[in-house]
Amino acid sequence: MTKVVTVTSGKGGVGKTTTSASFSAGLAERGHKTVVIDFDVGLRNLDLIMGCERRVVYDFVNVVQGEASLKQALIRDKHDDNLYILAASQTRDKDALTKEGVGRVIDELKEMGFEYIVCDSPAGIEKGAQLALYYADEALVVTNPEVSSVRDSDRILGILQSKSKKAEEGGSVKEHLVLTRYNPERVEAGEMMAWNDIVELLGVELLGAVPESEDVLNASNAGMPVIREKGSDAAAAYEDIVARFLGEERPQRFLTVEKKGLLKKLFGK
Amino acid sequence: MSILDYLTGRRRKNSAQQAKERLQMVLVHEGARRRGPDFLPQMREEILQVISKYVEIDQEQLQIHLDRSDGYEVLELNVVIPEKRD
Repeated sequence: MTKVVTVTSGKGGVGKTTTSASFSAGLAERGHKTVVIDFDVGLRNLDLIMGCERRVVYDFVNVVQGEASLKQALIRDKHDDNLYILAASQTRDKDALTKEGVGRVIDELKEMGFEYIVCDSPAGIEKGAQLALYYADEALVVTNPEVSSVRDSDRILGILQSKSKKAEEGGSVKEHLVLTRYNPERVEAGEMMAWNDIVELLGVELLGAVPESEDVLNASNAGMPVIREKGSDAAAAYEDIVARFLGEERPQRFLTVEKKGLLKKLFGK
Repeated sequence: MSILDYLTGRRRKNSAQQAKERLQMVLVHEGARRRGPDFLPQMREEILQVISKYVEIDQEQLQIHLDRSDGYEVLELNVVIPEKRD
C-alpha cells in the first residue's frame, strides 16, 4: 500500500523543503522505497537541498505533459538506493500542472512499487499548494512558533479538510504538526509560544519539534538532507519524526531547555 | 532584557502569551477551521451501514457536511438512492 504524504504550511520559508528532504531520506534510510516530488513549479529548490541539481534532465512537468517518461525523470539519490527525486520545472508556470496529470503520475508511482510519495508543497494556498495536497493520505503541517505561521497553518488545515480528494469523498487527511525553529530557551523566557499552545490553537497532534539549529543551513549549503548530519540535534529530531510517523513510540525531545553541565557552560556547545 | 530595563521597570510583557491570545481571537473569527467533530467519520460509517440494510448504495453516495454559522451548526446529509431495478 502506497501512502501519499504532503508537506505543507501555507506560509513560505518555514522549512517545508528541509522537512520534505529529511523526512523522505529518513523513510528511505529505514528501507522504504520513497519518492519525493517538488510541486513548486517555477521556483524549484528541492533538487538543491537534495544535492542533485546537476542531474536534473527531465522534470515533473515534462512527465505530466507526456514529454518524458517517469523513468527518465526520476533521479536516484546518490547515497540511498531507496530514494528518488522528481524535480519541479524551473521554466514553466504553475498552470502546467493539472489535477488529472498529477493523478496519473501518482498512480504510475504506485504501480512502480513506491511505499511513500512525499509531496513538497509550494507556499501559499493557490493552485500549486492545492494540487500538492489533493491526493494526500496524510499531511505534515510545518509551523514556526510565530503568529503568521500559525495563522497560515490554520488556513491550510481548512483547505486539507475541504479541498482534498479524501475530504471530497467524505473522509479526512490525517494531519501531523511539525514545529520547526523551536527554541525552548525563548519559550521559557516567555518570548516564544510553547508547543502545547500551538497544538491547542491548531487542534493537531505534535509529530515532533525541530530545534533551531545551524546544522540546517550547513546541510543545505552542502546539498544534503540534514537528517544525514548524524550527531546533530536537527538530525535526531527528524529521525524521531520519521520513527513516530511509522508508528514507533518515542518520547518528545527538544521541547525543554537542556540543563547544561559546568563543562558545557565553560566550553560552549 | 538588559539590567537597565530591569532597573527602570521597563519589563516587557510576556509576548508569547500575547501572541496566543491574539491568535485565539483571529482563528475563532476567521472560522478557517472548518473541521468537523471527531465522531463524524465514524457516524458516516454507521449511517452507511444502516442505509445499506435496506437499500443498496455505495460509499460515494453518502455525503456529510457540517457547517457552522453564527451560533448554530447545520449537519447536512445527502444520500443518493439508486432506482430500483426489478
